[in-house]
Amino acid sequence: MILALAGNQNSGKTTLFNQLTGSNQHVGNFPGVTVEQKSGEIRGRKDLVVVDLPGIYSMRPYSSEEIVTRDFLIKNKPDGIINIVDATNIQRNLYLTLQLIELGRPMVLALNMMDEVRANGGTIDVNALSAELGIPVVPIAAAKREGLDELVERAVLTAGEKRTPKRLDFCSGAIHRAIHAITHLVEDHAERLGIPPRFAATKLVEGDAPMAEALGLNNNERDTIEHTVSEMESELGLDRNAALADMRYRFIEGVCAKTVTKQRESVAHLRSIRIDNILTHKYLAIPVFLSVMLLVFWLTFGVIGMPLSDLMSEGIDRFTRFADTVLTGYGLNAVFKSLLLDGVFAGVGSVLSFLPIIVTLFFFLSIMEDSGYMARVAFVMDKLLRKIGLSGRSFVPMLIGFGCTVPAVMATRTLSSERDRKMTILLTPFMSCSAKLPIYAVFTAAFFKEFQALVMIGLYIIGILVGIICGLVLKNSTHRGKPIPFVMELPNYRFPSVKSVLLLMWDKAKDFIVRAFTVIFVATIIIWFLESFNYQFNFIEDSEYSLLGTLGRAISPIFAPLGFGDWRAATALITGFTAKEAVVSTLAVLTGTSVAGLGDALGTMFTPLSAFSFLVFTLLYTPCVAAVAAIKREMNSALATAGIVLAQCGIAWVAAMLIYQAGRLLIR
Amino acid sequence: MTLDKLKTGKNAGIITVGGDGALRCRLLDMGLTPGTAVMIRKIAPMGDPIELYLRGYELSIRLEDAQKIEVEELD
Repeated sequence: MILALAGNQNSGKTTLFNQLTGSNQHVGNFPGVTVEQKSGEIRGRKDLVVVDLPGIYSMRPYSSEEIVTRDFLIKNKPDGIINIVDATNIQRNLYLTLQLIELGRPMVLALNMMDEVRANGGTIDVNALSAELGIPVVPIAAAKREGLDELVERAVLTAGEKRTPKRLDFCSGAIHRAIHAITHLVEDHAERLGIPPRFAATKLVEGDAPMAEALGLNNNERDTIEHTVSEMESELGLDRNAALADMRYRFIEGVCAKTVTKQRESVAHLRSIRIDNILTHKYLAIPVFLSVMLLVFWLTFGVIGMPLSDLMSEGIDRFTRFADTVLTGYGLNAVFKSLLLDGVFAGVGSVLSFLPIIVTLFFFLSIMEDSGYMARVAFVMDKLLRKIGLSGRSFVPMLIGFGCTVPAVMATRTLSSERDRKMTILLTPFMSCSAKLPIYAVFTAAFFKEFQALVMIGLYIIGILVGIICGLVLKNSTHRGKPIPFVMELPNYRFPSVKSVLLLMWDKAKDFIVRAFTVIFVATIIIWFLESFNYQFNFIEDSEYSLLGTLGRAISPIFAPLGFGDWRAATALITGFTAKEAVVSTLAVLTGTSVAGLGDALGTMFTPLSAFSFLVFTLLYTPCVAAVAAIKREMNSALATAGIVLAQCGIAWVAAMLIYQAGRLLIR
Repeated sequence: MTLDKLKTGKNAGIITVGGDGALRCRLLDMGLTPGTAVMIRKIAPMGDPIELYLRGYELSIRLEDAQKIEVEELD
């Protein structure tokens, strides 16, 4: 039996889903879109699968989330719907309920956060509400696991006996007449196609063109519908969309007047207002936000993540050395030994050392998201990002990009619009990640001793500027499409549930590990192969004569207009694909010095100008393979990902070339 | 007057929601229907967007969209 879980955002849907399924969750994508589909078996009930549909406010198909939900409910015909409703915000939540009821599927209403309603001295007459809506209503408190057994029982009963909602009609007067007339008109079409007739009729009243298309209505029928609707409009003095929304909310107000007694302002709400007096305060909001992000960065990269990462790389190093001794003792073939140690261990090891950072960062991010603070960040930062066609929601992923592109790209998952998500993914890599710092450090120390900090800040600013320019270009070209309206709920602050936070961390860690052993694994093996073999496929120790060196030589002329046509620079850039830190170590190997002595060696390869051009190139060109793998996962398309990688290299080339050529003119 | 002109903390009733397409539908769906009481709770630090209070919850919308909502002051 399949049960679909539908409800508003911030209604506690994810909490309920996690409580029902525990860790028996499967994450996938809905077909064709990058909207995440989560499903799982209810604990102890292997036969019961719950599908967590995206949080939506209405069934109007404007965002990909709404389309996904609507399509899933109509096409997949789940055995039952569990509609979760936030009882502390019941009016707006019931708006979706009325639309879900129109689908005519067996449905149970889970009235969540009843504990809060009671704590505030309020009551909701559950039986009366159930009678008014014609569907079973079960009061629950998802976070406290209250009422969940009864909810499952009622859902199974309702779905098992195919008890469809007892009433579909929530309207009177002109709308009632219009919907009825249209229901009669399209009933046959709708039933033949398996679309609920009542739902189809309401959509037609709304003027939903795809629905008219799907039903295959002829011109005659369309004219009749338009005529009916315009009669309704003139009788009500409201246009079709306003009329329907008005009708639903009027009905809801009536139901609430009969069933809900609200005694005092909710504690959670009052607390939220007080917290917001600081967090969205006119002058304090931005400093507080920046402090929060600094704290998160410091804790992630400084206190928790980095030491753990170092510990992990240390462990991997030790294990590698140990394996080296064992394998040498065993007398393993040198090629295989190199494959294992230099390819597999080094490659996957260096990627795995990201893991603690990712897990720690997502720990903080999920707290920010679940507590309701992320919505405030979007509220505070919206004006800045609007100029490049994004909304405030994209700010946090971009900021994380300064730490590491991988979790930044993964964090775009929280953006509700697919367009915004893709655009944010495209722009995030331009935020200079922390792995590029060693490159900047070595080069600025060698060439710009006096202005080291200035050059570094300059690089960050160039990254941001290029991001802005690309944002403007995207906004006016491929991503022109209407941005999703910025109409966003600011939910009450809540304590994040430990379970949700842990599950999210586990999810992200699993996701990353799987990729580390697939895409990233293959990429590191390829680089190892190129590094270790020459043309005749002989295994060599000196990478100067390796395939990689040859490749570096072959592509080095491309970089001549950028001021660094040296094959060693080109080769280092190729290895930078595995991890940006590798640029420095490769340069050290190829120039035959240590990283410490690299500064002098670089002095013979670069001029200050070409060094700066090289830095700009490393800043902008394609991020490491781990980031590319993350991008591919979120874009759900290998082709688009390849396009992004090429575009990034192209942008980096043009920017570095412009800087180098302009610099040459100036210096001359 | 339009909603963007309403002073912070003052209550108003919605008369009409203008504009078109997805945005207008979204505003209606979120409960900004004619006759609804609404208050401006706050203006974002950079002057835009604004935070509304209606139907027992907080909603943030941009000023340009608030311009399309006709209201009358209640108090």
